[in-house]
Amino acid sequence: MAEDITPFKRKYESAMEESPLHPFELHNWIPISLGGLDISINKAVVIMWVVVSLVAVLMVMAGSARKLVPGKLQSMAEIMVDFIRGIIMDTMGKEGMRFFPLIATLFLFILFCNLIGLIPGSYTVTSQIVVTAVFACLVYGLSLVMGFLLHGVKFLGILVPPGTPAWLLPLMIPIELISQLARPISLAVRLFANMTAGHVILGVLFGLAISGGLLIGWLPFAFTIAMNGLEVGIAFIQAYIFTVLTCVYLGDAFHLHGHDEHAH
Amino acid sequence: MDSAAAALLGMGLAAAGFAGAGVGIGYIFGKMIEAVARQPEAEARVGKYMWIGFALVEAIALYGLVIAFIIMGLRK
Repeated sequence: MAEDITPFKRKYESAMEESPLHPFELHNWIPISLGGLDISINKAVVIMWVVVSLVAVLMVMAGSARKLVPGKLQSMAEIMVDFIRGIIMDTMGKEGMRFFPLIATLFLFILFCNLIGLIPGSYTVTSQIVVTAVFACLVYGLSLVMGFLLHGVKFLGILVPPGTPAWLLPLMIPIELISQLARPISLAVRLFANMTAGHVILGVLFGLAISGGLLIGWLPFAFTIAMNGLEVGIAFIQAYIFTVLTCVYLGDAFHLHGHDEHAH
Repeated sequence: MDSAAAALLGMGLAAAGFAGAGVGIGYIFGKMIEAVARQPEAEARVGKYMWIGFALVEAIALYGLVIAFIIMGLRK
């Protein structure tokens, strides 16, 4: 019996030896360098192309043959558009609809990246902090630009919550400054860490299932199935959260201190 | 203490931060159930904020994970 277990044990030990982040490493398939800038083609790039073309084809197909009584594909697209419009209307109000293309693109791209990453053998693009950080900086930079364009220098008032007594200002301004600067970081790290953590957990459970053999390995394997279901939920929630927080940040730039009727 | 052992201890301690997030997530869902039990028609509006709060709390737990990964990267 002891000889039966040894190969599994060795496999388990070798799996534990290598870093749990090993599956996230990227290797260049076609190395391309443009003036010192590394724009090589790797797995993440290819998956991003797949995601973009998938979303584009789905949406164009759903939108090209519109009917009064929608079919399956058209209903799905309509529900999705309605959902995103609901998020924007709730957080930014009517003026926010100007940003509908940006926010719908962000939502669909992140959602499909998260979901495609769950297919074994594919790659989760959003588990690279570069990708999420670029999105977060783009969103936060846009909110700053919008705020200064709309309100001018008065936009600096975002650092002072309404109703702050003057003697608290030296304390409140640094706190608000830090909380503002933490926004893009938390936006980027949240999505990246959620996706990475989910896949690391799946990997560890699979390692246990392989090393456990038939006798006990079915238990962690069943857990991986349950975790996969949870991960589908997390993929939706994280795409939703990213979109909602994008809308909240842009809405903050729109309605300084939320005086408008849309803010509540 | 061996520095490798200290790194492992540090990674474990980083994971201990999950306890706080556990309390936070339990609090959020408990309060949500309480609120919906009192006012079922508010479910849609409260639910939106619940998911935002859930994500914010969960992110804090994951910062601990990120720190563990950083320590793991420094170990070599």
